Amino acid sequence: MQEKLILENKIERGDFARGGETSSNLKELLRKLGIPSDKNRRITIVAYELEMNIIIHSYGGEIKVYISSEQIKVVAADSGPGIEDLEKALQPGFSTADDEIRDMGFGAGMGLNNIQHYSDDVEIETGPGQPTKITAIVNL
Amino acid sequence: MTVKELVEKLGLEVIVAGPMEVEISGVYVGDLLSNVMARAEEKNLWITIQGHQNVVAVASLTGVAAVIVVEDFAVEEEAIERAREKNVTILRTPLTAYKLICKLIELGI
Repeated sequence: MQEKLILENKIERGDFARGGETSSNLKELLRKLGIPSDKNRRITIVAYELEMNIIIHSYGGEIKVYISSEQIKVVAADSGPGIEDLEKALQPGFSTADDEIRDMGFGAGMGLNNIQHYSDDVEIETGPGQPTKITAIVNL
Repeated sequence: MTVKELVEKLGLEVIVAGPMEVEISGVYVGDLLSNVMARAEEKNLWITIQGHQNVVAVASLTGVAAVIVVEDFAVEEEAIERAREKNVTILRTPLTAYKLICKLIELGI
């Protein structure tokens, strides 16, 4: 299975002004590559949540997207501070976002659930004080 | 019904005019962006009280026909600029979401 890197974007902490840009570029790229729109929609939802998680919760990071004949893989890696309690973070409705973020309609505690729901496979590597790396796959 | 026809029938304020001839496919109501990302469908009307720039990103990603900001909530200048760049239609009404939806139902949407 030969994998090809098709997108690589750095994402800054708190950069709401560019929030969604990476996912938007990805959507357009996948459309040009002829990926079916239902798969594109799923990957776009996953990429958006990963992107906003880096903006809202991390010290900054990057998103890389790989494609092969079998799958599209989104890898979101940040430089910390890590998810304190992953089990809690995966509960629908749980969020550590502050009120200001919530007022903007983020921090509903649905991000990781959306990622799990719309991916065929998700791997989360994290821990308190650690970088977080999330790998999400949608099969083609 | 197209976005343009809807604007005329309900006298909606046009804050940014994107593609106005789009045929409306349905409606999604919500202020939580993750839910909107997951549930809003292409060419839906998206009814919300949010008026900041990330609304434009979500509208563009989901491909909604238009965003309708209800209760005359403020639409930020950055959101307006971004909507122009992304060709996203933003409309506004003093109506509550409920009253707007009642009118949409009357119109058969």
